[in-house]
Amino acid sequence: MAKITFIDHDGTKRDVEADNGLSVMEAAVNNMVPGIDADCGGACACATCHVYVDDAWMGKTGEISDMEETMLDFAEDRRENSRLSCQIKISDELDGLVVTTPESQH
Amino acid sequence: MTADTQPEVIVIVGAGHGAGQCAASLRQEGFEGKIVLIGEEPYLPYQRPPLSKKFLSGELTIERVYFKPADFYETAEVDVRLNTRVTEIDRGAKEVVTEDGTRIAYDKLILTTGSRVRELRAPGADLKGIHYLRTIDDVEGLKTDFTAGKHMVIVGAGYVGLEVAAVALKHGLEVTVLEMEPRVLARVTSPEVSQFFHDVHTEAGVNILYGHAVTEFKGEDRLQEAVLSNGSTLRADIALIGIGILPNMELAEAAGIACHNGIQVDELCRTSDPDVFAAGDCTEHPNPIYGRRIRLESVHNALEQAKTAAAAALGKEKPYAQVPWFWSDQYDLKLQMAGLNQGYDEVVLRGDPTSRKFAAFYLKDGVLIAVDAINAAPEYMIGRKLIGEKAKVAPARLRDINVNMKEVAAG
Ligand SMILES: Cc1cc2nc3c(=O)[nH]c(=O)nc-3n(C[C@H](O)[C@H](O)[C@H](O)COP(=O)(O)OP(=O)(O)OC[C@H]3O[C@@H](n4cnc5c(N)ncnc54)[C@H](O)[C@@H]3O)c2cc1C
Ligand code: FES
Repeated sequence: MAKITFIDHDGTKRDVEADNGLSVMEAAVNNMVPGIDADCGGACACATCHVYVDDAWMGKTGEISDMEETMLDFAEDRRENSRLSCQIKISDELDGLVVTTPESQH
Repeated sequence: MTADTQPEVIVIVGAGHGAGQCAASLRQEGFEGKIVLIGEEPYLPYQRPPLSKKFLSGELTIERVYFKPADFYETAEVDVRLNTRVTEIDRGAKEVVTEDGTRIAYDKLILTTGSRVRELRAPGADLKGIHYLRTIDDVEGLKTDFTAGKHMVIVGAGYVGLEVAAVALKHGLEVTVLEMEPRVLARVTSPEVSQFFHDVHTEAGVNILYGHAVTEFKGEDRLQEAVLSNGSTLRADIALIGIGILPNMELAEAAGIACHNGIQVDELCRTSDPDVFAAGDCTEHPNPIYGRRIRLESVHNALEQAKTAAAAALGKEKPYAQVPWFWSDQYDLKLQMAGLNQGYDEVVLRGDPTSRKFAAFYLKDGVLIAVDAINAAPEYMIGRKLIGEKAKVAPARLRDINVNMKEVAAG
């Protein structure tokens, strides 16, 4: 179980609780957090679940696969702390995670 | 349409991917009236792609395949009626009629009835052990038979058949795939890419037989053998039939709504009845990028048309103009396809297929019309963008892996 804070591009904060093993994308969708489309449902095929991870958490969100890396490379407004939220797996370690959603997923 | 002519009740028929998105989009568009969502399956809208992938393999639980959690429908005040089949649209009265005779009035009606599997007609086709794959219930049925050591015959080498073959092999089943055409994925890809998938599957241990149809299934009370068109027999403890789908358009057709190869809609997802809209697998729609009418079987199409249909039902214009895209997971391979390759006159390979990381670009008169990318996200992402722009791309640049895709896009 982890608490995750999603911040909109305009600053609105939403806290959600999510079970370990789910992805951060699922935590958003299950709690109706706007700003994440997730067209492919977590298959790492669409890059519409892009988020910016708060710098303090970057080290804890796990490895970025080659596939994710290249998908991100072509996402709108990629930054240092960009991740595909469907590829971040929730664990106790991530309790308190803060991510920001981009203005658009397309 | 002005505020005072806004509909009060919108009924959505069919509770799949498109329907779930329609309900969400109607609320996002600010619709405050009543939404009734009617589906014949016992489940809330769910995602079908995992059915032949991680849900079949057991990596995903059922909760994780739902499109939205149950709370969503409560919060969004969607009146969901499951286990309910709509049998008639009474356009005169503006009502839909369900199986038990209940009549539900609508101001606007959105049809997201999807598609169903094409059935194989052969003697013995109803024996136990013969499966199809379209619904959660289909997977639950298949799973009871999905045990190591069994001989599985898969009829049809389309995506679903090949994805199931990959999962079955991993679960220790012996797998034979029967395909009538001389290559796998014949309907959707080029011979070059078919060859690649043939090699991948045969190296993994799948036995693929081309030019064969099943003429009969044999067994006592359960399937034991499949008889092929050349008279030979194959041991078959279980079979999966994956020979395509048919659009669910009969409900609309019976109501006199124009149908041909699907429910006919325009770029705003309007049918021939101004109060009836349709989205997803069930539609035949115009695609402005290709300048022709098409029918698609993909999540992206269902989602995007649902957004367009929801807007149109509220009198707003959000024309649908999308580059189709699709993905498939087999073994360690992620296939991403964008565009439609029909009518291509040149195929350009970028990268070496034996490295399991390459792309096939399809050109027509020099214009990029489609791409199949295998473990090659840059080719897919840039390809999709260029297809939408109807860009002319020099084959030599596409082929040259020393020119990165961003440079290719820059022209
Ligand atoms: C095994 C499998 C794997 C797939 N993999 C991929 C993939 O990797 N990527 C991809 O993009 N796409 C994939 N697809 C295709 C994708 O799932 C479909 O394109 C998508 O589900 C279409 O959504 P839809 O809402 O149009 O229709 P559907 O999801 O078919 O939903 C329609 C619903 O309406 C119901 N219905 C129909 N008629 C009535 C009626 N009269 N009354 C009440 N209810 C009715 C049906 O029972 C069904 O539940 C896959 C499909 C399958 C089956
Ligand atoms: S949901 Fe599609 S890539 Fe994350």
